Amino acid sequence: MENIQSTAEEHTIRDLLPQKFGKWGKRFTVFLVLVCLLGAYAYYRQLRYGLVVTAMRDYASWGIYISNFVFFVAISLVGSLITAVFRLLNVGWSKPLTRIAEVIAVAAIIFAALIIIVDMGRPERFYHLFLYGRVQSPIIWDVIVITTYFFISLLLLYYPLLPDLKILLRFKERSSPGLQKFYRFIGSFWKGTREQVRLSDRAISILCVTIVPVAFSIHTVTSWLFATTYRPGWDSTNFGAYFIAGAFLVGAGSVTIAMYVFRKAYHLEKYITDDHFDKMGKIVVLLALVYLYFNLNEFLTPVFKMKKSEAGYLRDLLTGDFSGVFWFAILTGMILPIIVLLFRKGRRPLPVFIVGIMVVVGAWLKRYLIVTPTLLNPFLPMRNVPESYHRYFPSWEEWAIAFGSLAGCLLVITLLVRIFPIIPIQETLTEQYEAVEK
Amino acid sequence: MEQDKSTRREFMLTALLAAGAAAGCHSGESAFPAAAGSEVQPSGKKVKLLSVDGEIVEVDQAFLKPVPHLPPLSNTEERLGIPGKKFVMVIDLSRCKNLRKCQEACNHAHELNPGQNWVKVYPMQDAEHTAPYWEPTTCMHCDEPPCVKVCPVDATFKRQDGIVLIDSDRCIGCRFCMAACPYSTRVFNWSAPEIPAEKAKQPYSCETSMPQKKGTVGKCDFCADMTRKGELPHCVTACPNGTFLFGDMNEDTVTNGSETFRFSDLIRDKAGYRLMEDLGTKPSVYYLPPVDRNFPFQSGEEEDSIQKKS
Repeated sequence: MENIQSTAEEHTIRDLLPQKFGKWGKRFTVFLVLVCLLGAYAYYRQLRYGLVVTAMRDYASWGIYISNFVFFVAISLVGSLITAVFRLLNVGWSKPLTRIAEVIAVAAIIFAALIIIVDMGRPERFYHLFLYGRVQSPIIWDVIVITTYFFISLLLLYYPLLPDLKILLRFKERSSPGLQKFYRFIGSFWKGTREQVRLSDRAISILCVTIVPVAFSIHTVTSWLFATTYRPGWDSTNFGAYFIAGAFLVGAGSVTIAMYVFRKAYHLEKYITDDHFDKMGKIVVLLALVYLYFNLNEFLTPVFKMKKSEAGYLRDLLTGDFSGVFWFAILTGMILPIIVLLFRKGRRPLPVFIVGIMVVVGAWLKRYLIVTPTLLNPFLPMRNVPESYHRYFPSWEEWAIAFGSLAGCLLVITLLVRIFPIIPIQETLTEQYEAVEK
Repeated sequence: MEQDKSTRREFMLTALLAAGAAAGCHSGESAFPAAAGSEVQPSGKKVKLLSVDGEIVEVDQAFLKPVPHLPPLSNTEERLGIPGKKFVMVIDLSRCKNLRKCQEACNHAHELNPGQNWVKVYPMQDAEHTAPYWEPTTCMHCDEPPCVKVCPVDATFKRQDGIVLIDSDRCIGCRFCMAACPYSTRVFNWSAPEIPAEKAKQPYSCETSMPQKKGTVGKCDFCADMTRKGELPHCVTACPNGTFLFGDMNEDTVTNGSETFRFSDLIRDKAGYRLMEDLGTKPSVYYLPPVDRNFPFQSGEEEDSIQKKS
């Protein structure tokens, strides 16, 4: 009996240990590195010549860097959803997805912080935030909560990893000496004693409770960067909840994409099952419905009134310059996903993966629509500026940097997955034992 | 208050002498032998000066003493502002015809680059059947400034004399203030500003807002350096129609250089108002409605087409 179990265990571990990149893995990584390098070159140009290399000007004073920032913050919320909320609710099936979610959360929050530095006119003065910070500015609130969220997410990635590090150290032949050294450095103190397990479980519980309010804070505060101004389209009490709803949606969407890709690349069909896609599909439907509801709240009442100050902005969105993007984002980001995922057939892996992509693309465009149309509809008409200031379409440098940051985020995820098991091994083993005992 | 006035009078006197000295002498240092020793030998060269009483007097050049430049203000002094003052501007819309001399003078004085305007003149029409008018805007120097509230590093600040300024050595270029300002008054230095080298080298002063720096925000500063000298902002003196009136709320007077009004009377009699009062920003710039106008609206449109051609 024991023999059978230990071979089954061996088998599971061999399935789940990090694998070397295959042909496509290598190609994908090289591609990401190249996109990052292009972004780095564009940023070098921006440092040298100033933000003039972007298409941002005095009216559209924020652009896709800020939309990208909001997007990253939004996506990073998924860590708290899948890990913390589900854990606190005793949702068992999500366990194999926790590490995927945490890896996405950590990578995204890192790039949220980086892209905001990219947006600064004077990045070398970043330390001014700590030297002269004034607590009444929502930017300082954001600095505080994002830093906090980063560390909690990192710990939530790290603590559940400790038992797996022990396994990684046991299977020396599966990783290079350099990696072994790294594993030893971060995890050799873990012996798996009763006391250590107790402490770790307790720490994870505390982190799960604390990360929920912090996660709500990061995205609520990010929405307040807009909602604390007077501008039509931003001056909304709905903004915090609207942003949180959208964030959980895009986060869940990104997890379904990652699930599909990792399952395919590492042949994890036994661990990430069709059932997981079915359940994630249902969650995406729920979140899309909630987000649609908040969108209705955000747009229907102002459209009903058409106040003079808001009319220009609303017309731009609904029928004007931005209407194409607006309706596309609503359709692909919310309505189509809801329709597809309501059907059982729509919740099979491939459709869920495609819907995940639609949700993420729609969400990115939505962030663009939150930033730009408002800025191009100021209270006083645009005046005494060059004609080009009246419009905004990102320059190649902005696209390169934005895509560079997205590629960077994917690269961090890819590398973390190369180094650490994407599905928690120890937890899977424990579950298997429990199943056998039953 | 009394003390304030006497120091101001003294100050005006020294300024006058300095102006006379500058006018009378052609070469800088050698013209001031008096500066070196206490014994003064008349040089025989006479200089004509205007006395405080308004008479023209002749003084030997040797008796002129150089007035040292005012000591440069520290950043703290610039951030505090002038005690006992509360600066206010009144813009009389019945006088504006979109000449934009204000803008020109402002741009010249602050070495603003093309595309940047701290003063803007808007063609406004509040509703379909109401009369159009020209509306110049400066920074509103709000008493509840949204820009100051959102600045994360105290780079833009409100002084005790009511002026809102920017410390370009502090600004991190996040542009949150630009998003927060409902009056679209702030401009950004998207590239390194093109300024004559010797001016670019000077240390930045919050009061002159010079030299503007790459990657930082700029805006109308109510010419804080001029007001410290007891002079009027450039836009006020540049307007040939006297559209801008500037003064001190505590003294209850505003002037455009040729006419002076009691601020409270003017606002009461001509029904002065402020822009976007409903936002609660409490601007320091008041507007007089465009009634009994000096120019038809169309003359401003002609100005627009003339400026476009040139």
